[in-house]
Amino acid sequence: MSEIARDGETLKGAELEERLARTWSRAPGLWGWITTVDHKEIGRRYIWTAMTFMVLGGILAAVMRAQLARPESGLISADRYNQIFTMHGTTMMFLFAVPVMEAIAIYIIPLMVGTRNIAFPRLNAFSYWTYLFGALLLWVGFILNIGPDAGWFMYTPLSGPQFSPGKRTDIWAQMITFTEVAGIAVAVELTATILKFRAPGMSLGKMPLFVWAILITSIMIILSLPSVALASAMLLSDRLIGTQFFNAFEHGDALLWQHLFWFFAHPEVYIIFLPATGFVSQIVETFTGRRVFAYPAMVLALVATGFLSFGVWVHHMFATGLPRLGYDFYTASSMAVAIPAAIQIFCWIATIWLGRPRFTVPFLYVIAFIVTFVIGGLSGVMVASVPMDLELHDTYFVVAHFHYVLIGGAVFPLLGAITYWFPKFSGRMLSEGLGKAAFWLVVVGFNVTFFPMHLTGMLGMPRRVYTYPADMGWNGLNLLSSLGAVVIWLGGLIFIANVFLALRRPRGAAANPWGGSSLEWATDSPPPPYNFAHQPIATGHTPLWDVTDVLPVMTGLRVDDREQLITTAIEAVPDIRYPSPEPTPWPLLSAIALAALFIGSIFTPWAVVIGAVPLAVGFIAWFWPKSPPSKEPVIE
Amino acid sequence: MSLPVRFDGDLADLPTHGFGPRSLTWWGIVGFMVVEGMFFALLFAAYFFILDKEQTWPPQPYAPPGLLAGTVFTMLIVLTEIPNAVIKRAAERFDLRTVRKGLVVMSLLPLPLFVLRGFEFASLNVLWTDNAYGSIQWALLLTHTIHLITDWGDTAVLTALMFTEHGKEANRFVDTSENSAYWRFVWGSWLIVYLLIYWVPRWLT
Repeated sequence: MSEIARDGETLKGAELEERLARTWSRAPGLWGWITTVDHKEIGRRYIWTAMTFMVLGGILAAVMRAQLARPESGLISADRYNQIFTMHGTTMMFLFAVPVMEAIAIYIIPLMVGTRNIAFPRLNAFSYWTYLFGALLLWVGFILNIGPDAGWFMYTPLSGPQFSPGKRTDIWAQMITFTEVAGIAVAVELTATILKFRAPGMSLGKMPLFVWAILITSIMIILSLPSVALASAMLLSDRLIGTQFFNAFEHGDALLWQHLFWFFAHPEVYIIFLPATGFVSQIVETFTGRRVFAYPAMVLALVATGFLSFGVWVHHMFATGLPRLGYDFYTASSMAVAIPAAIQIFCWIATIWLGRPRFTVPFLYVIAFIVTFVIGGLSGVMVASVPMDLELHDTYFVVAHFHYVLIGGAVFPLLGAITYWFPKFSGRMLSEGLGKAAFWLVVVGFNVTFFPMHLTGMLGMPRRVYTYPADMGWNGLNLLSSLGAVVIWLGGLIFIANVFLALRRPRGAAANPWGGSSLEWATDSPPPPYNFAHQPIATGHTPLWDVTDVLPVMTGLRVDDREQLITTAIEAVPDIRYPSPEPTPWPLLSAIALAALFIGSIFTPWAVVIGAVPLAVGFIAWFWPKSPPSKEPVIE
Repeated sequence: MSLPVRFDGDLADLPTHGFGPRSLTWWGIVGFMVVEGMFFALLFAAYFFILDKEQTWPPQPYAPPGLLAGTVFTMLIVLTEIPNAVIKRAAERFDLRTVRKGLVVMSLLPLPLFVLRGFEFASLNVLWTDNAYGSIQWALLLTHTIHLITDWGDTAVLTALMFTEHGKEANRFVDTSENSAYWRFVWGSWLIVYLLIYWVPRWLT
């Protein structure tokens, strides 16, 4: 064992960092770029891609607002409008919101728990490529005028073979399969990373709240995403090989679709929201200079939200007609979700009250989040009530409600989180001035756009209509919403400009520019490929605030091989030294084989059989060890 | 590191492998078992959702599936647990000879299972296009078959790997142990699928 190089008294400082960099760096150039398994590179890639789809989804929103700005507008046709609102919802939910939350976790979680890479890093690379190919399938289809047009929740029988002939719905359903494979893979990686790679000392009871939020979210993804994958597989098979799952004439049931879809899609809302609460907790902690108030209550609120989110899906189906007991149960459970949400809101307010808030851009987004999300939460309690829901179902009131919840509850914290962690992502700070300008435009523009929609909805305007007659009393409100959308876009453009201007500047961000407490701030901005030169120890809830200028670390991990520390799941006691996989092109090649199989299956079921061969080759080559057996304990 | 550090313990003496929940592989396997378990659970829910709408199960005039192939399949797949358990125990004491022999057996045993599975499809007495009952019966059987094929492929690759130099690495024994755990999931989930496909239609006719 003595010939194995390890960090410690004899190997530290610049020499150690140089040797670790050699071990953990990827190859230069394009080859290195496509073979990398570094969670930071994949995470950044995921963030860029997801944010690009947010911009594309935002362009679609702007087009819709342009069409609806005045009555009887002929700017876009009904058919194109159907594609646009379907693409907007699908893009925002499947290609932006869920992936971007996972993306930030891919980048931040390994750093925050104090380890060198994510668990199953090749699966991580594979998931990115799979997500990318699914996203491209959808958007190339849209550009070729075969974009889906039956709404983002793709209700049967409208989406079935009888009412949606052609390939539009199939493209949607297969895009779902791509993104679900990717999403589930990342959720398993994050769960394993959080439970097995935490720094010594970081017991479950001391994990940062963002880590808790991602753990609960990942478990929710694992439990809910199979539902939409199953539903879309059933829809595809109804359309392509003549199964009868949703065909009432052959004893199938269109409502089966709604149950399977919403069993996924309601938890999905919390899958988007819980990571955002994690952002908020980290930002509140850093910018008030104190631990978040009532940590156990915060953790229990996260867990409770996760549980309750699986018992509310039928509230999307009140208008389908339910037994009376069903109405009562799902109303009660939907209203109950407000309780853990309120507990978190009160804890953040208490933290701000007790701390010394610094009104930087990330913190401003938190304030906007609290205000907006409370409004969205209250309109949610309103539509949880069946009589109100039956009045407001499928009107603009619902559009207003869920944009308050999703933009207020997730996008504002996301913009705050990007600003907060931007130095860790890029080594540069965003401009506070531009950041504040963008903040005010986005938040004011958001309210000007979406607040009037509560009223448009109560005045009876249905969702998903490509135009409306002039004498309905909706003209002024719609014009106001469209003007608000212009303001949001101005803010968005300033945010984007802020990012690109920052990226043009040289790197100079300090390791911990905001004075944060968690371990990601213990390493450089951006971190080196190996994240930490020595294995950090977490001494308490706020490791960097608990130590005075000296970070306790453990030594003894290998330097000439990629090695990570596995700790026990609950107490995070050091247990095993584990080899982290090397870069490889096989995840990309496997993802290409998978894409060929999925896309081929839109046209012939035989693609599943034929496509399985290259996919199997890809997987075998991926798993087959390429380096000689390790020098360390080998049997015999 | 940006902060000055203080050395507080050394990790060099830690082992490089561990079985069960200590290993990362176990967590990955369990993660994917939960995903696939959810997939099955939702299929079962869909089965009962469709069943609930029918007057009889199977709907008139269909007959329940023939029992023979499915029952023989069930007996055989449960019996595979014997070599499977032997392999798992052998892996956990690093007994390479037994692991190799056992894995060869476990790579060959699914072959008669595949033949029986073919007869099972032929004895469903309904096509997937006939009605929703037929669709869900085929979905259950097909989903389990995909499950079976993937784990068989996985076992075959592992078998080949264990005959190379890499087979002597401790973490490959962990992989072998977890592969056996996964096989338990494959045959365990089948028992429920078997009841739903073959017996629920008999109990409710």
